[in-house]
Amino acid sequence: MSKYLLDKFLYTVDRDADLTERYREDPAGTVDWWESTMANALLNSHSGEASTWLRFTDEERAALAGHDHVALFALGAHPFLTLTLFIAMFERDHDEPLFYQKQYGARLAHFELPYPDIAT
Amino acid sequence: MAQVVAVIASTHHPFYYKASTATGADRPPFADEWVRKVTAFRETLTRANPDVLVMVGSDHFHQLWLDNMPQFLVGKAPFYDANWHNEQREFGLPRMLLRGQEDLSAHVLREGLDAGFDLAFSNELRIDHSITCPIITLRPEADLPIVPIYTNIFAPPLPQPKRFVQLGRTIRELVESWPSDLRVAVIGTGHLSLELGGPRQFGPHGPDPEFDRRAVEWIANGDLDGCLSEVTLDSLHAPGNATHGFMDFMLMMGVAGAGAKADYVDTYDLFHTMEAYFTWYPQGAPA
Repeated sequence: MSKYLLDKFLYTVDRDADLTERYREDPAGTVDWWESTMANALLNSHSGEASTWLRFTDEERAALAGHDHVALFALGAHPFLTLTLFIAMFERDHDEPLFYQKQYGARLAHFELPYPDIAT
Repeated sequence: MAQVVAVIASTHHPFYYKASTATGADRPPFADEWVRKVTAFRETLTRANPDVLVMVGSDHFHQLWLDNMPQFLVGKAPFYDANWHNEQREFGLPRMLLRGQEDLSAHVLREGLDAGFDLAFSNELRIDHSITCPIITLRPEADLPIVPIYTNIFAPPLPQPKRFVQLGRTIRELVESWPSDLRVAVIGTGHLSLELGGPRQFGPHGPDPEFDRRAVEWIANGDLDGCLSEVTLDSLHAPGNATHGFMDFMLMMGVAGAGAKADYVDTYDLFHTMEAYFTWYPQGAPA
């Protein structure tokens, strides 16, 4: 399990407008590219410095590549990060205000307390 | 020494800016009443005539990230840029620039460290909507210098609720020991029951109206004992998965003081979450 890396993907993609669009249009390709070039970047350091050990599990990679926010919730990705990025990608596809947010919640209706642990 | 002329605790609702400025068909039906309540709340700060604002909030994974996460952080800078790309995108929040009260930041850091809080600091902090929402609601001129204080209510492991209360008490003492004749308001924002990214989000009310009712009672009465006897890091999952933001309200109860009844209390039951507004006047209500 690498909840931290799931969160890092959601965090970095959400905060880059071009990357948000790229992930919307080509999720599997973006996840592959990100894991091979970005996953180990030290965000709080000078450019060029990187870690050496970060990678997704197959389950995590599939959840991201499938835009599967229900699976991400089950895996313990931080719900604020997932929600924020998915609103950015998909709210625009619906005319009614908050339709997407409500649908997003309804898809998670089968989860009961305690929710999956989000501690990293 | 400096005076704490107002203590203010509030929810921070990032949709207020868009709702309050929308016109015509875009203006939601709840906007007019919301603006009326916020305008009345704003008056409670204006009446206190503050010179400086200490602003307690919590970064939402903007500048503070999991590779380097502080529990409590004080900004110490002459200026603070404010609001981020994704807050502009989702909430329509404007970019802002606020002045810093750097000497008070230095005092809070030095004396806070000596009082037992190992505070982190930042000399280049871009603040987010947890602090700009109350600027927009309470001081839209954004003309007063600030000292931002961030708490971690977001990325577990989190500090215990009692630690938030202790920090609030300490902030009050630190401001009152600041050698200055300036008038300081301490403003903090958090949440009542709230769900984000889970099955109970964006309902017709907050996810747990009964928690909200009790929380408002605790805050309005300054009932720290009652609140601390029931609220734990575990218990806060039940009212909603983002309800740990309530600990910023507990911090503000610490600033106001145990048993201190709020001089002003108002709430507004909205979709998704209940708004709640509280003001205390430690020096007595201004004329």
